Amino acid sequence: MSAPGQPRGGSAMRLRGLLRKEFLQIVRDPSSIAIAFLMPIFLLILFGYGVSLDADNVPVALVAEAPSQDSEDFMAVLQASHYFAPRVVATMPEAERLLSTGEVKGIVRLRADFSRRLRQPDGAPAQVIVDGVDANTARLVEGYIEGAWGTWLAAQAARHGQELKMPIDLQPRVWFNSELRSRNYLVPGLVAIIMTLIGALLTALVMAREWERGTMEALMVTPASMTEVLLGKLGAYFTLGTGGMLLTVGLSVWLFEVPLRGSFWLLWGCSSLFLLAALGMGLTISTLARSQFVAGQVAIIATFLPAFLLSGFIFDINSMPPVVQGITHIVVARYFVAIVQTLFLAGNVWSVILPNAAALALMATILLAITWRRSRKRLE
Amino acid sequence: MMLQRILALVHKEFLTLLKDPKSRMVLIVPPLIQLLVFGYAATFDLKDIPYAVYNEDRGVAARDLLADFRGAAAFRQVTEVRSEEQIAPLVDARQVLVVIHVGPQFTEDLQRGRPAPVQVIVDGRNSNTAMVALNYVRTVVNRYNDAWIANHDLQGPPARLVMRAWFNPNLDSRWFFIPGIVGMLTLVVTMLVTALTVAREREQGTFDQLLVTPLRPAEILLGKALPGFVIGVVQATVILLVATLWFRVPFLGSLPAFYVGLILFLLSAVGAGLLISSLAATQQQGLLGAFLFMVPAVILSGFATPIANMPQFVQWVTLIDPLRYFLIILRKTFLEGAGFGLVFDQFWPMAVIGVVTLALAGWLFRHRMY
Repeated sequence: MSAPGQPRGGSAMRLRGLLRKEFLQIVRDPSSIAIAFLMPIFLLILFGYGVSLDADNVPVALVAEAPSQDSEDFMAVLQASHYFAPRVVATMPEAERLLSTGEVKGIVRLRADFSRRLRQPDGAPAQVIVDGVDANTARLVEGYIEGAWGTWLAAQAARHGQELKMPIDLQPRVWFNSELRSRNYLVPGLVAIIMTLIGALLTALVMAREWERGTMEALMVTPASMTEVLLGKLGAYFTLGTGGMLLTVGLSVWLFEVPLRGSFWLLWGCSSLFLLAALGMGLTISTLARSQFVAGQVAIIATFLPAFLLSGFIFDINSMPPVVQGITHIVVARYFVAIVQTLFLAGNVWSVILPNAAALALMATILLAITWRRSRKRLE
Repeated sequence: MMLQRILALVHKEFLTLLKDPKSRMVLIVPPLIQLLVFGYAATFDLKDIPYAVYNEDRGVAARDLLADFRGAAAFRQVTEVRSEEQIAPLVDARQVLVVIHVGPQFTEDLQRGRPAPVQVIVDGRNSNTAMVALNYVRTVVNRYNDAWIANHDLQGPPARLVMRAWFNPNLDSRWFFIPGIVGMLTLVVTMLVTALTVAREREQGTFDQLLVTPLRPAEILLGKALPGFVIGVVQATVILLVATLWFRVPFLGSLPAFYVGLILFLLSAVGAGLLISSLAATQQQGLLGAFLFMVPAVILSGFATPIANMPQFVQWVTLIDPLRYFLIILRKTFLEGAGFGLVFDQFWPMAVIGVVTLALAGWLFRHRMY
C-alpha cells in the first residue's frame, strides 16, 4: 500500500501525524475550541429562550364609551386570558395615542350605543384596531380577540338561555405540535443554523491561513499528499463539530424539552452528513479566497443570513416565488432544517429524510470535490 | 496637518478594501443580491397552501364549501383522498399542509340547523405556518357561515367585530420585513468592512508600523472608522431606494430622521466592529467575534420574532443591541410616517453604544500590544 522505500504505515501514519498537527493547532488557538463548544451553548441558550413567536400578555386598550354590564363582562374575558394585558381607556383619542406610541398593540372600542344595539336584529358592531406594523403579531392579536369575543358571545347567549350556534363547527387538529408551541420548531431549526455557522467558521480560514503564512508550501514538501492534508483537516474539525452538534441536540432535548420523536442514531447520521457539507463550504470558501481577509468576508456574508432566511427555519419556502425557491436549493441548511424539524417533531418519516439526506450527501461531495481540485491545482 | 494624515489613512483603507477584486466583489454584489432574494423570501404570508380534501358527503353544501376553498387564492388543492388511512402519509411527507375532512352527515346537519362539524388537520411542524394556515381556513369558513345565515334567514350573533389594521391595512408582512432587511444588511456590510481590519494589520505586523507613525490613536480610529461610515451610508441609501422603488414599501416618514438614525446606527455598528477587531489577535478570532456579535444582534433585534415575546432577562440583553433601536426607527419612518419626535428615544442609546465602543477600541490600539 505504500511506495517502496517508505517506512511502514505510510499513508495511515502520515494522516495520523497530520491529525495530530491539526489538533495541536486547535488546542493552542483557543478560538477554535470556543467556536466548537462555547458558541453553540451561548447561542442556543440565548436564542432558545429569546426566540418565540407566541405572543403572551399583549397590551390592548378597551374603550367603553358607555360602561355597562356588557362591557365589564367583555373586560373580564380579556383579563382571564393569558394572551392579553388589557387596560380600560376612557376616550378614543387617548387609546389612539397609546397605539401610535406602541404602548398598546390593539384597541377594542364599544360605542355608546353598543348595549342598545346589542338586542337589535342586525347586531351591534364593535370596532377593533390593531397595530399592523408587525403584520404577523397583528394577525395573532386579531385571532386572539376573535377568540375572546366568541367566548363572550357564548356566555351572553347562555345567560339569555340560548345557545350560540354557527352553521359550521370548525374542528382544527394540529399534528406533531398540538399546543402550537413555536419553540418546538424554532429550537431544532436553531440547531441547524448554529451548526452551519460552526461548520463554516471552523474551516473558513484554515486553508487561507496556511496559504497566507506560507506554511502550505512547508506542508507540500512533506511526503503527505494534498488529499491527506485535506483529510487531516476534515477529520480534526469533523470531530470538533460532532462534539458541538451533540451539545446542541442535548440542550434542545433536556433544557428546552423539545420532544425527539425520531431515532437519535438517524439524527446523528444526518448531522454527520450535514457537518461534512458545512465544513466543505468553509473549506471551499477558504480555498477559493486564498486570503484570510476575503475568506472571512465571504463567510460573514454567505453563511448566516442565507441560513437564517432561506432555510425554511422561519419563513415558509413554499410561499416564496419560484426563483427564490430555486435559490434555496443551494443553501445547505435548508435540507438539514427539513430533517431536524421532521426528526424532532414527527419521527422517522423516510419520505422526508431520504431525499434531504441525499441532497446533503451530494452537496458535501460537490463542496469537498471543489476544495480538493482547487488545492491540487496549485501543486502542479 | 492632522486632517491630511487622517485623509491619507482613509485613502489607504479604501485602497485595501477596494483594490483587491475579490474583496471589492464581496462588498458590492452580494448585499444587493441578498436584498432582492431576502425581500422576496421574508414573509409570513402563505401562498398556494397545498391541501387535500377528504369528502364523505355527497350533498350540495359540502360541494359549495369545497368550491370556496378551491376559489380562494391562498389555497391549492393537491389531491382528494378516499379514506382515513391515506391522510397520514400525505401529511408526514409534507405533500400537504392542510387536510379538510367533511363528514358524511355534513349537508344534513346544516339543513336541520345542527352544528355541522368540519375537521381540519394541519401540519404543526412549523407552528407559525400552521397558525397562519388555520387562520386562512377560518376566514373561508366564516364567510361561508355568514352567507348561510343570510340565505336562510337565521339569527346571527348579537354583535360582530369590525377589524381594521393601522399603518399596514392589508397586513402585508413584507412591509414589516423589508425595512428590517435594510437594517440587517447595513449591519452585515459594516461588519465586513470593520471587523477584520485591525486584526489583519496586527496579524501581519503592519499595525505596529501604524503606531510608530505620527498618527495618534484617535486619528487611527477615525481613519479606520470613516470607510465603514461611507460604505454604510452608500449601501443603506441604495437599499432604501430598492426597498421603496422595487418592493414598493411606502416611506412615509421624515428622511432627515432616517439619516440621523442611520448615522448613529453606523456609529454604534462601526464601534462594535472595531472593538471586536482590536480585541482579536488573529483574523480567526476577529471572525469569531464578528459572528458572536452579529448573530445575536440580528436574532434578538426583533427582526422576525418580537422582543415583547422574549423573557425578561433576554429583553435586558437586547438593550445593548444597536440593531434593536435602528429597526424601530426604520419601521416607524417607513410605515408610521414618523418624524424626529417619535423616534428620538431610539437615538441616544445608539449614540452611547457608539461612543463607548469606539473609545474602548481606541484605548485598545495602544494597550493591547502582542
